[in-house]
Amino acid sequence: MDLEEISEGVLAILQELHEDIRFEAEEKMVDDKILDSFDLVTLVTELGEEFDVDITAKDFVPENFNSVESISQMIARLMEM
Amino acid sequence: MKRGKKIVLGGVSLVVAVALFFGLQRLVVPKYAGDTPLEGNFTAEYYGEDARHDVIMVGDCEVYENFDPMVLWKEFGITSYIRGNAQQLVWQSYYLLEDTLRHEKPKMVIFNVQSLTHGEPQREEYNRMCLDGMKWSETKAEAINASMCKGENFLDYVFPILRYHSRITDLTKEDVKYYLEPRKITHNGYYMRIDTLPASQSDVADPSWLLGTEEERKAAQSGENEIDDPWAEIDEREENEADAIDDPWAEIEGAEESDREDESGIVEPGADTAQSSAEGDKEFSAYAMKYLDKMRKLCEEEGIKLLLVKAPSLAPQWYDGQNQQVSDYAKKHGLDYVNFYELLEETGIDYETDTYDGGLHMNYSGAKKLSRYLGKYLKKHMKWEDHREDANLSKVYEEKLRFQEEMKEAQQRELDRYGEIRNY
Amino acid sequence: MFVSYGFIAFMLVAFVLYYLIPRRFQWMLLLIANFLFYFSAGKYYPIFILVTAATVYGAGMMMARCDRELERYAAGVRAGEIPKPSRDEKKARKKKINGKKKRWMLLCLFLNLGILAVTKYTNFAVENVQNIAGGEFTPIDLIVPLGISFYTFQAVSYLLDVYWNKCAPQKNFFRFALYVTFFPQLIQGPISRYGDLSQTLYGEHGFDWKQVRFGLERILWGYFKKLVVADRIGIAMGTLLEDPEYYTGGFVFVGMIFWAVQLYADFTGGIDITIGIAQVFGIHVEENFIRPFFSKNIAEYWRRWHITMGTWFRDYLFYPLSISRPMKNITTATKKRFGMGGARRVAVYISTMVVWLATGIWHGAAWHFVAWGLANGAIILFSEECAPLYEKFHARFPKLGISWGYRAFQVIRTFLLMCCLRLFDTYADLGLAVKQFIHMFTQFRWNQVTLQELVDLGLGKKDYLVVFLGVLLMFAVSMMGRRGSVRERISKKPYAVRYGIFLALFFITLLFGIYGVGFDAKQFIYNQF
Repeated sequence: MDLEEISEGVLAILQELHEDIRFEAEEKMVDDKILDSFDLVTLVTELGEEFDVDITAKDFVPENFNSVESISQMIARLMEM
Repeated sequence: MKRGKKIVLGGVSLVVAVALFFGLQRLVVPKYAGDTPLEGNFTAEYYGEDARHDVIMVGDCEVYENFDPMVLWKEFGITSYIRGNAQQLVWQSYYLLEDTLRHEKPKMVIFNVQSLTHGEPQREEYNRMCLDGMKWSETKAEAINASMCKGENFLDYVFPILRYHSRITDLTKEDVKYYLEPRKITHNGYYMRIDTLPASQSDVADPSWLLGTEEERKAAQSGENEIDDPWAEIDEREENEADAIDDPWAEIEGAEESDREDESGIVEPGADTAQSSAEGDKEFSAYAMKYLDKMRKLCEEEGIKLLLVKAPSLAPQWYDGQNQQVSDYAKKHGLDYVNFYELLEETGIDYETDTYDGGLHMNYSGAKKLSRYLGKYLKKHMKWEDHREDANLSKVYEEKLRFQEEMKEAQQRELDRYGEIRNY
Repeated sequence: MFVSYGFIAFMLVAFVLYYLIPRRFQWMLLLIANFLFYFSAGKYYPIFILVTAATVYGAGMMMARCDRELERYAAGVRAGEIPKPSRDEKKARKKKINGKKKRWMLLCLFLNLGILAVTKYTNFAVENVQNIAGGEFTPIDLIVPLGISFYTFQAVSYLLDVYWNKCAPQKNFFRFALYVTFFPQLIQGPISRYGDLSQTLYGEHGFDWKQVRFGLERILWGYFKKLVVADRIGIAMGTLLEDPEYYTGGFVFVGMIFWAVQLYADFTGGIDITIGIAQVFGIHVEENFIRPFFSKNIAEYWRRWHITMGTWFRDYLFYPLSISRPMKNITTATKKRFGMGGARRVAVYISTMVVWLATGIWHGAAWHFVAWGLANGAIILFSEECAPLYEKFHARFPKLGISWGYRAFQVIRTFLLMCCLRLFDTYADLGLAVKQFIHMFTQFRWNQVTLQELVDLGLGKKDYLVVFLGVLLMFAVSMMGRRGSVRERISKKPYAVRYGIFLALFFITLLFGIYGVGFDAKQFIYNQF
């Protein structure tokens, strides 16, 4: 799976959470509180299921969740391991 | 900014801060001028005195309310000053004496022995009233260290603002009026009261331990039952009283706390006599005796005669055992000891007319009687120069006597107007 | 603690020495100061804090060793020294080493939380067991070291940060011990992160007059809040709490407000002193409060009040718990049965309540703290649920949301809500708190709280005026703080103004502070001797 495919998957999950937000344009989803703690926790579970990775507290830092890109990179890194 | 300018600015800032500090400190420190009790001014008043004295008296209220230096002047030409404070403890008397000797050298020191009964610091407030007014010296530091109660802090004496800051919300016009110049209260350390509260009309002291019960007194007056030795009677009474007490433990607990009883100011009749065997036989504490020794040695070194006295207060009771200890001490060290309880007839003290609080303290009439006796005693035992021949000194004392006369009149005016003395 | 002559003298000596000795020894001086401070607080205390420092330090080193082992393995594979393993082999090796790392972490975690639990919660546990089983409760005399809740949490944050590779472990034990024991924080917090504090804690600090001045100003401001406001209103509060039977109804409301003032002034004042002390030493400590009483809802309040505790629970309990494997399983299962709505909520709900339960217990070993914690959690979740309603409401009245009045309403509402929650804390008794809360409404009478009654609480009219002016000043400073640092603004003023402000605050605190025995003219009245 390459980064683009991952990005598509991530976006799909995000859209499921909030249909009305254009996530691809967001750069600071956590810092700007677009994603609240409810969203983040659900997102982690969904991402884990979708990509078969284990996102742990170690990865659970704002920088990893601020944009679709950073989320995708984190997933790629976790899949790599 | 230039270096020089910076230093000047820093200096000015410091001066402003220090000035404000001491200025505000002066504001909140009690002025002891009526808004707060008058007894806190005595220590400081001494430093305004430039005349020198033949006699220095140290002790608690049993000196500063009972002896009038003005009488010693007027009638005997002896100059004297009382360095006494409310519940002044032995070590405080010692250090105030040491402090006095920094300024002058008297011929004689008179120490009233009542405070020997206290072997440890009693109350922070009394410490403050006694020590706050002292000029700073090594002596004051030692006095503070010797006097502090548990929980007190030396720093609070160095900077009284730390102790009194909360008065900031209770300031009165006295704090402004006496900001610079404290109110003068005493006559060479003597605190004068001209009013009278007969012992029989007061329950603060039960005189029976000294004078016998009322019946006995009446009987004695009518001559049916002559009492030769008042102390013998007391012993008898003690036994009776002790039998009459239902719960002996309660009394013993009371006895243990007896050092604090003075807070209430009321000595329960009966309780006193019941304690007597325990209290009266108790030896004066080593701490108190240590300072009596120091006082004696200091006087020896300086060639000053030390005289021990016991003023005739109806309360607290002065026990046989205590009296004996003082007598023994005096004998051992070749000191004279005058016990005024034994001199009621000679002095003419009458607890119906000579006390303003039912027998605890003398009023002016009583003080005059005791002072006259003391003057005669001093004349008899030592040679004194008659300072009344000194024109300069006479002038100073003229002023002092005038101040006393004015205060007498003022007190009388208050008595006439209110039936009590309010501002003195 | 902050308010003893001893502490102030200790600070002065430490301060002077700190800038006299060679700078490379500065951190060592602080460590010695910490030890002396802790030793003077209780002679056995240093043992506890040393055990925590040593075990967490050791665990950090062991975890770092695991990391190095993994790195060596990876480097070996890359360099071809180790025959290229299969993906599964690699995974297994990694799992083994990471497992070891995890065991070190867990061992250390449970040991230190265990010490905390035993010292702080044994009596609570024993009492409750005996209440159920019957029998007389006899408290066990245990030492509860000063600040154990704070330094344990601080140490645990380091442990987990190292475990998650969020920070590099400290190799020097003494330096690490300095982080755990940094004395100004032992009294009221804050709970600093190693990554934040270590940046300035070990550095060499030249005497920077501006930093020192700012630090001193902050300390003074803290003392003002604590001594002039908190300790003064505390007198009235004490009377209110002494007789809750009498002081009920309207007085519960009065007490609620008093308590808010006291708690705020005392806690933020203590933190001001702590941060100020650190600043005087050139050390930066993170803020613990950002004008919390201006919050518009409870969740925001908890992001602004006791921040370091809130973020601790968020980072080390809430997030790890809500994305833990069991929680993920629950979320997945919920999604299958109840759809996205349920799935979104379940993990957060459970985690929130666990966090608030823990927060309650952390505050103290008592049921009223448990209730207080759970009530906070419940309200936060409730308002979260109401969020869509609010949104609808604001969509209909778009102007209202941004109006000044509405925001003030929100702030006051949040303030009062927090006051009500704090009743658990105020009365320190679960049943009494609930009873008083009800009485506040059922026995409320307007004419009950008279001026005379207020004076009877033990404060004079002038004292109330002092408190009022103090609160006004705190409010004004808070308002000013919204537009940047107040101290920066003061420092731009001419010297005379700056110095005047400093002196005024100093003398106001000195005179109006509640400390020492206080003056009672009656005590001076001489009677008998």
